[in-house]
Amino acid sequence: MFEKSREKVAHFINARNSSEAIFVRGTTEAINLVAYSWGLNNLGAGDEVLVSLMEHHSNIVPWEITSKIKGFTIKYANVNSDGTLDYDDFESKFSSKTKIACLSHVSNVTGIINDVKRIAKAAHDYGALMLVDGAQSVPHLKVDVQDLDADFLAFSGHKMLGPTGIGVLYGKKDLLDKMSPFQGGGEMIKEVEFAQESGRCGISWNEPPWKFEAGTPNICGAVGLMEAVKYLEAIGMDDVLSHEKELTNYALERMKECSKVTLHGSSDLSIKCGIIPFSVQGLSSHDVALLCDNYGIMIRSGFHCAQPLHQQVFKLQSSARASFYIYNTTGEIDRFVEVLKEFEQL
Amino acid sequence: MATLEDYVARVEGTCGAEKDVIVVFKYEKKDEAIANIMKRAKMKNSIAGIIFELTFQDLSFRLYTSGKAIFRSIKDREELNRILASLLL
Repeated sequence: MFEKSREKVAHFINARNSSEAIFVRGTTEAINLVAYSWGLNNLGAGDEVLVSLMEHHSNIVPWEITSKIKGFTIKYANVNSDGTLDYDDFESKFSSKTKIACLSHVSNVTGIINDVKRIAKAAHDYGALMLVDGAQSVPHLKVDVQDLDADFLAFSGHKMLGPTGIGVLYGKKDLLDKMSPFQGGGEMIKEVEFAQESGRCGISWNEPPWKFEAGTPNICGAVGLMEAVKYLEAIGMDDVLSHEKELTNYALERMKECSKVTLHGSSDLSIKCGIIPFSVQGLSSHDVALLCDNYGIMIRSGFHCAQPLHQQVFKLQSSARASFYIYNTTGEIDRFVEVLKEFEQL
Repeated sequence: MATLEDYVARVEGTCGAEKDVIVVFKYEKKDEAIANIMKRAKMKNSIAGIIFELTFQDLSFRLYTSGKAIFRSIKDREELNRILASLLL
């Protein structure tokens, strides 16, 4: 069942082979795996890692930590005031020193879809690798790692109807073959042979993906993720995206009726998934979230683990975020807007 | 003798530059907690009788009938505990 789950998720993202799908705890662990396993062995002083200011902290912090260890430089590409990526700035920051570009496919704050295929091509032109944070794209739109030409893609189960504590790192096989293990233990080794002469153990690694899956895996999580994938496939990812866009369009229009609500980021549906960041005049985002909570509506408040985007780009102390998925309806959006209008009494 | 632990399930620092603090009352004690707070704090505004904007000792906060309260400009946990003790006990 565990290996069937791997085959299913690998097929879902159009990996060439199921051995390119490593089970991890989630997107965060997947990116940490790359930062430590690949980064510690391939990055050093004089090298550069390129990320954007819109990244989730999980695509910033692992690189900041490992840069302290290895002495490489991190360059941050700008984001436009409407939350879209400044492609010219991103591309201008590539050089022969760039070893990897790391970019979210969809922003978890704005829902804006980045052209990661374009950035992957630019990265490859400079001989750099491309890591795609797919946490917000794999659940919401069709992702094809071969078409994107991503070297790594990270995503989580719990954002796509699966369980928590399971996620996937996709990596191109030739890269995974060359990478060192992330953690040591059972399953990830071929042999641990004690040598009398040296008094030490000689260790040989297992093949990918098992080389990166030390210890007893989250079997239940993987099977749960497989079932989630089956469910999404039965609906069809094109229909998932289309439903989200319909809801987003409806919500954007209806939220304009609320005089105290300010929407953040681009509203261009051609580059947007079902996420709407907003503020309500005179209220902190946490007030807004608690007010909504009181009416049985769950939204998120704060930095959404993207503090640089809030402070450097949007100049906000925090934001409220409404988001939609396959189970949401226009009726729920109507109720949400009614509640927003009640805030105007405060 | 009642203590804060009898009423408070947890305190959450919010994520964001505001550093608001959210207090979640224990479900079984939330009605009692809300009644105590309403007796001692001054009401500035309410929405439909389920959200109350209150002031207490120059501090402004919001109380929700779902059993949560959000406090702003709290210096530290010590100050929060002092305010909560005055409001609840």
